[in-house]
Amino acid sequence: MKRPSVSRRGFITAGGASLVAGLAGCTTENNQGASTGGARNSDVVRIGVLEDQSGNFALVGDPKYKASMLAIEEINANGGIDGKEIEVYSRDPQSDNQRYQELTREMINENEVDVLWAGYSSATREAIRPIINRNEQLYFYTTQYEGGVCDKTTFAVGPTARQQLGTVLPYLREEYGPEIYTIAADYNFGQLSADWVKVLANENDAEVIGEEFIPLEESSFGSVINNIQQADPDFVMSMLVGANHTSFYEQKASAGLDIPIGTSTAMAQGYEHRRLDPPAMANIYAGVNYMEEVPTESNTGDGGFVDRYFEKYPDAPYLNEEAETNYFSTYMYKKAVEQAGTLEQPEVIEALESGISLGTERAPEAPAGETIELDGATHHVDHHMWILRADEEHNIEAVDDFKVPEKFLSETVGCDLREEAEQTQYTPVDFYEEAE
Amino acid sequence: MVNWLNQVFLFLDSFAFIVLAALGLAIIFGIMGIINLAHGEFILVGAYSTTLAVTKLGLPLVVAMVVGAFATAIFGLLVERVIISGAFPNWLAQRTIGRDIVEPLYDRLADSMVATFGLSLIMIQGARIIFGNSMDQIATPFGNVSYGSFSYSTYRIVLAGVSIGILAAVYYLFTRTDYGMRARATIQDETTARALGVDTERTYMATFAIGSGVAGLAGALFAPIAPMQPTMGSDYLVEAFVAVVVGGSSAVLGTALSGGLLGAIQAMFSSTYGTFFGRIALLVTAILALRFLPDGITGFIERVRTRRQEAK
Repeated sequence: MKRPSVSRRGFITAGGASLVAGLAGCTTENNQGASTGGARNSDVVRIGVLEDQSGNFALVGDPKYKASMLAIEEINANGGIDGKEIEVYSRDPQSDNQRYQELTREMINENEVDVLWAGYSSATREAIRPIINRNEQLYFYTTQYEGGVCDKTTFAVGPTARQQLGTVLPYLREEYGPEIYTIAADYNFGQLSADWVKVLANENDAEVIGEEFIPLEESSFGSVINNIQQADPDFVMSMLVGANHTSFYEQKASAGLDIPIGTSTAMAQGYEHRRLDPPAMANIYAGVNYMEEVPTESNTGDGGFVDRYFEKYPDAPYLNEEAETNYFSTYMYKKAVEQAGTLEQPEVIEALESGISLGTERAPEAPAGETIELDGATHHVDHHMWILRADEEHNIEAVDDFKVPEKFLSETVGCDLREEAEQTQYTPVDFYEEAE
Repeated sequence: MVNWLNQVFLFLDSFAFIVLAALGLAIIFGIMGIINLAHGEFILVGAYSTTLAVTKLGLPLVVAMVVGAFATAIFGLLVERVIISGAFPNWLAQRTIGRDIVEPLYDRLADSMVATFGLSLIMIQGARIIFGNSMDQIATPFGNVSYGSFSYSTYRIVLAGVSIGILAAVYYLFTRTDYGMRARATIQDETTARALGVDTERTYMATFAIGSGVAGLAGALFAPIAPMQPTMGSDYLVEAFVAVVVGGSSAVLGTALSGGLLGAIQAMFSSTYGTFFGRIALLVTAILALRFLPDGITGFIERVRTRRQEAK
């Protein structure tokens, strides 16, 4: 009765097409079993990587793909995972959620991947999570995001809004004063992040005196700039997303709006400080776990992460926040498999839940600094966070850095996936009055 | 007072954006009956070549903008010869298999939409393959004007003036020059125009190049303020379409009037209720215009004029 978990997942899968695919997977597996004598070729680790190399999110998705490939290449060169070589399955989902759904099914049912990395936006994650849940697929989501996903097989290892905004907002409140103006992209990430700004403002004795949500396709910010000037806040919190919104920074600079801006999205992902002419990004503070400029030995030191990345990809424009997350989480998976001693996904998840941590200041696996610890109860990571500021010439300086645990799911919600296998996304509105 | 000034600046900003985004589309649609769904990507050609001329060749911004407009006009000319009129493929076919293989797309609205939509997809992906997912951007010139606690980018105010200048130039071109007369004759009655010795094919070719050049000029003017990325064109296409739907088929007058109306509506709603409602207001206006002024503002003016003449 020792069937590989992959075919069991194949059988569970509902829907005609995927059922057929599941059956097909099962038969080929039996054939393989006859020839190799094992249940399935288990000499390789099958890793699925779905990251956007074209379409809307290509700018931020392509570095994720590249960093995954770098980690896999390094691991393979060092003897693989537990002696097994990694076999990569990768397709370009073209920033299209429907294609993401198709390819996720393909990865699970046809390629039978042992683990999957997929998706940039929260909308993508929510589009494929039902498929992942139905198949009980081990899944790493690596973008910084609004937080709150408590899901048995999903490991959301990017920093959450509470971690990112909670790093930069208290600092700006101390430096500049209590009045905040929020501008955010008008979809689930932006809306929930804006709620977090309210919660954090309340905790830090500050006040949100205005907020505005801007459609993703908008690239004209005249009225937004006027509204900010009218409200005259002490600083702005910006959760603008995507290439169109990049114009805000250029436009506020040319309009002469000179105000400190805290952000969880700009610079670390789309490297605006490299792409725009100075001083568009002057006085912008990013609260992030990683940027290419993070001054740790294992990152910018000789032979560090940055060196290795650009050696493999000399033409790559920038090494962004999410790329680092893809990179270290691949090592995190390796460690878990070696601890579990098997590729069986339930066992690997159990190993991950035992609390994997990576690296010291000098270790290659944790370029962001110090140790990166996975919290087994919530499947989130206690990140080493940085406040990074761009100056008039767009040079990045580290203002401060410290370890920030993920507190929303663990303390406020009380999510413990070792106790209860949930598949829920919690939002701040359910727990905080001021977020409403 | 200050609020009033804000409104005026916002209006000028929206007006310039709508007029510049729409004029190229309006010329090609109004005169050739071609709906150019690759219009946004023509703007991209202008913006990219301007940016490259500044960052790679080190040209001064104004010269780079002229380069951007001309590059797009030449590109448009090629597109017209190869895809829209099919002259080049037909020339090849005549010499190899002895007959034409494509029909020109003039006045075939649906067909022209499909063809140019395909072209736009190819251009977006082509831009991505050649230039990558983003490009370094040039800074906005001129600084800002400030009044009280408010300030506004000078360049954006200058754009409004430039857009009026371009409207005037295009108006002059189509009403006061030989080419303009031939172009208008070709729209009114192609067969008669040809019988009277107008080379309609050349007129079409020139018109498409001029429309493309205007689109390229818009891209050149937006290069210092818009995000430089392969999908930037889709930003302009919606606004341009709404403007042409509201304005009607008369290229210059329609664009000017709809730019004024839509600009005012967008400025009013976005400064009072936020950017999101500014956009909604724009689209609602388009719906109302389609319902009550099916031929656009200029179509309505035309109808009123005819009715008056009949009454006399």
